[in-house]
Amino acid sequence: MAVMNLLQAVNETLRQEMKRDDRVVVFGEDVGYEGGVFRATADLQKEFGTDRCMDSPLAESAIVGVGIGMGINGMIPVVEMQFMGFVYPAFNQIICHVARMRNRSRGRYTVPMVIRMPYGGGIRALEHHSESTEALFAHIPGLKVVIPSTPYDAKGLLASAIRDEDPVIFMEPKRIYRAFKQEVPEEEYLIPIGKAKVVKEGQSITIISWGASMREVLKATEMAEAKGIYPEVIDLRTISPIDGETIINSVKKTGRVLIVHEAAKTNGVGAELVSIINEKAFLHLEAPPTRLTGFDTIFPLPKGEHHYIPTPERIVNKITELVNYLT
Amino acid sequence: MLFENYNPMEKKMFQIMNQEGEIIEPDLMPNLPREVLIKMYRLMVQTRETDKKALLYQRQGRMLTYAPNIGQEAAQVGSAFVLEKKDWMVPAFRELGAWLTRGADLKKIYLYWYGNEFGSQLPEDIRILPVSIPIASHLQHAVGIAWAAKLQKKDEVVITYFGDGATSQGDFAESMNWAGVYQTPTIFFCQNNQFAISVPRASQTASETIAQKAIAFGMPGILVDGNDIFAIYVATMEAVKRGRSGEGPTLIEAYTYRIGAHTTSDDPTRYRKNEEVEEWKKKDPIDRMRKYLMREGMLTEEEDKTIALECASIAEEAFKYVEANGDIALEDIFKYQYKEMTPQLKEQMEEYQQFLKGRGEV
Ligand SMILES: Cc1ncc(C[n+]2csc(CCOP(=O)(O)OP(=O)(O)O)c2C)c(N)n1
Repeated sequence: MAVMNLLQAVNETLRQEMKRDDRVVVFGEDVGYEGGVFRATADLQKEFGTDRCMDSPLAESAIVGVGIGMGINGMIPVVEMQFMGFVYPAFNQIICHVARMRNRSRGRYTVPMVIRMPYGGGIRALEHHSESTEALFAHIPGLKVVIPSTPYDAKGLLASAIRDEDPVIFMEPKRIYRAFKQEVPEEEYLIPIGKAKVVKEGQSITIISWGASMREVLKATEMAEAKGIYPEVIDLRTISPIDGETIINSVKKTGRVLIVHEAAKTNGVGAELVSIINEKAFLHLEAPPTRLTGFDTIFPLPKGEHHYIPTPERIVNKITELVNYLT
Repeated sequence: MLFENYNPMEKKMFQIMNQEGEIIEPDLMPNLPREVLIKMYRLMVQTRETDKKALLYQRQGRMLTYAPNIGQEAAQVGSAFVLEKKDWMVPAFRELGAWLTRGADLKKIYLYWYGNEFGSQLPEDIRILPVSIPIASHLQHAVGIAWAAKLQKKDEVVITYFGDGATSQGDFAESMNWAGVYQTPTIFFCQNNQFAISVPRASQTASETIAQKAIAFGMPGILVDGNDIFAIYVATMEAVKRGRSGEGPTLIEAYTYRIGAHTTSDDPTRYRKNEEVEEWKKKDPIDRMRKYLMREGMLTEEEDKTIALECASIAEEAFKYVEANGDIALEDIFKYQYKEMTPQLKEQMEEYQQFLKGRGEV
């Protein structure tokens, strides 16, 4: 087993998948020679050549649009958006074509593409470099949206995304790109898309989160345990399609639920989770399903970002509130 | 050579056959046997008759919104005629002649305009992408398909069609640029029909020609008389040769005119003069080829009438088939969102099926 951080896990997975299947091509801005601004594609061009790992022109719409054509003509493009904040020029391609080609052609053409993008705040960055807009993608039929929270998950989920015959938006939590290392098996393994993971079993309350926020949630969980509260923690892993079953099973057991995400609150993925819980576990609830999220504000510049991202203290506070609800 | 001789910056337009069907550039005239010429002519007539029927059915309330091609048949048939089976076509939505030329089944085409996704599901061996409505977005797919062909060392070229309006889009610039950088075998075929709905060509760009835009992206561009099927054929042939021999992309501007409405929802009398339309009708691409064929003794009045009648009845038969087989099964709406239906989709479908069942509607 190798010990690696999330970024290295992404790099290693790309390498393994490129080795396994020569249809896999990797490209994007600064992705080739430079190996990406975060170095996620480091050394891939050296190893596989300029026909497998390429620098693209600075044009997000075309990175995705050209990828569609490559996917249709026998390749598996794994493209990079340098930052999630710059994916918007590609929205037309993603929403109008990536998501629709299979349905539009009744299965004749498909887009087996992965669109990777670093997302999220907490890295003291310039404007447009900190947002989490997974809800924008999760609302679009035809797309899958996946977010890993650990190096181990990053590897298994990215490999699954690359092998998936449907297009996958793969969001990488850049705050924890290098935050911690973990043992990651050298051999290949797959983590299924569309399945959440119960990271920690408990009885007092269900906490659902994903991506970078999982770290704060797990810290908060330890703090809660010190107070005798035992949360069950679910890492959603796939934002679309959501694994309703795992969530409902847990909520039926605990009767209480807190959803933690970094993205803005209103119309976020948390709202969808609450709806699912209301529709499927209403009679099991002992407290209102609750969200603790980013504010409905523009993501603040670095001097203000520590206010924005839910901290372990705020999470514990909410946990306590919900556990004590009407008792 | 062709591209050097017709520098778009000099606004020189490539023409082989004039309005009267006379060959004015005999040296450049392709040497095609009668059967091939008749086949080309027939495809143009089939396109015209298919449009005429569709417009009729639309007026009768049997067809939905339809985008006619009248006046642009030579540009569509002449260009697609050059492609081989292994090549790709990435259309917008006004390329009926090219679809037919590549062997797409008219039933499928009508089925699409009738409002059924199965109209876009062509057999494996017909390499045409579905109609793409978001203007200019599909040009990128054409670059991607061509780039993939090049990287995989497959001998395939890609033609993509778009209108003059599309050249104002960012995706046009991004696609041309990318094709230039990676020298992809892509043929950018602009049907400059002078209008984007109501907006005239002059309001799209200050460039004298669309063809000259090629220069900024490092590829040749050529302005071609879009109603001259021979000039279109030759220019596209040259572009295809460039693509096949690894010389990269080409931009062709087919200078033509949209005789009909933008779509059946449009009334062009609001924004253009009838005299202008009448002037262009004199340049009709089908009349022009007919004049040529008759002058050359390759087509008689009688044969011509027969062709038109046959084409009309083929269109009629195809539409009748579509009317009888055009419905969509509920499951198909859900089935093609992903390779496997998600639990959410299954649940939504089943709940709705239950509802229908309860009302005795299934
Ligand atoms: C991105 C986008 N914006 C607007 C429209 C609505 N629209 C449909 S066709 C059209 C005009 C297209 O003109 P042109 O590219 O010249 O092609 P033509 O219709 O003349 O064949 C417009 C504005 C659209 N389909 N896509």
